[in-house]
Amino acid sequence: MEALTRIAQVSARVAVELTPAELKANSAAQMAGLAYGLAAIGPGIGIGMIFGKAIEAMARQPESAGMVRTTMFLGVAFTEALALIGFVAFILLKFA
Amino acid sequence: MFSTQLAIKASVQVLQKLVPSAEGGRGFSFPPINTILRWKDVTPGINKVVIISILSAVIGTVLFLVASSKDARKAPKGSRNLAEIIVEFIEKNIIMETMGKSGMGWTPFLLTMFIFIYLCNLPGIIPFIQMPATARMGVPAFMALLVWVVFNATGIKHQGLFGYFKSVLFPPGVPKALYILVTPIELISTLVVRPFSLAVRLFANMLAGHLLLVIFALLTQALIQAETQRFFLIPIGILPFGLLIFLTAFEILVAFLQAYIFTVLTAVYIGGAAHPEH
Repeated sequence: MEALTRIAQVSARVAVELTPAELKANSAAQMAGLAYGLAAIGPGIGIGMIFGKAIEAMARQPESAGMVRTTMFLGVAFTEALALIGFVAFILLKFA
Repeated sequence: MFSTQLAIKASVQVLQKLVPSAEGGRGFSFPPINTILRWKDVTPGINKVVIISILSAVIGTVLFLVASSKDARKAPKGSRNLAEIIVEFIEKNIIMETMGKSGMGWTPFLLTMFIFIYLCNLPGIIPFIQMPATARMGVPAFMALLVWVVFNATGIKHQGLFGYFKSVLFPPGVPKALYILVTPIELISTLVVRPFSLAVRLFANMLAGHLLLVIFALLTQALIQAETQRFFLIPIGILPFGLLIFLTAFEILVAFLQAYIFTVLTAVYIGGAAHPEH
């Protein structure tokens, strides 16, 4: 029984020994992962829809493939920017 | 009494293994971001990224100077062939698709921009260099500011100062009452979000690719040089190595695609500023 209390005390001491800076770094790393994960959901769905619709359009009208492809990349670029801003938030939280 | 001390000692050892120590220890650990992106400065202010971006500007210029010195009447081959393919790509796939025939005067600007960004992206996969110059914010931010100045100046030149801001802030065909909503959105999206997203898109894409390559290279090294359970870990190390090769090939595509997207968006912005009715 005495040994168990001592172990509990020691483990509590080890857990408390994290300095405030380390605790901040830990929570920043967790939040960074969460931020990027959340930011990737919407753009993932959006890019999938853009490519799917573009393939549909190209299959229906192969002669308009060039125009569809340019517009598709424009749409992908705008959608992807949201995920990339999430990635930048990840970098800033993790390393800055 | 003795057994209690032993138990405490053992539990402290276990806890010290669970709680990461400051020095990290053996195995897989990610180096600080500065060692990945910065290296040593050659002289103050000049590091690898600066050298790569200067070299890519020089290589692009030299390629096109050599190509232009060839005889234009003969069938093109070598460097002239390459240069003609790139110019034709810019004219046919970027300018004709976004600005139409009236935008042909922008070929030199867009061509320079495309070549420079592509040559800055490409060192990300060249062995022993392996650093895209656009993975630092400096190059993309400057390019985006340049584009911002150019498309605003084009709009003011073609429509006049008042006309340009009228077409940006009060787009025609919108009900009058909605201008309360539309005008602030248009102001922010044209003057702030456009250059910001241009710069961040290029920067974050290249940085993400670079970090991916770093992570899989480190993982391969950590598994193949494992000190315990070698029979088990070394065959597993082949998996990240295979993915590393695949990602390197994928980065060639990304390098081209980002240069293309940057140039296309520049063309769209300039075209929209010059001819607002489209």
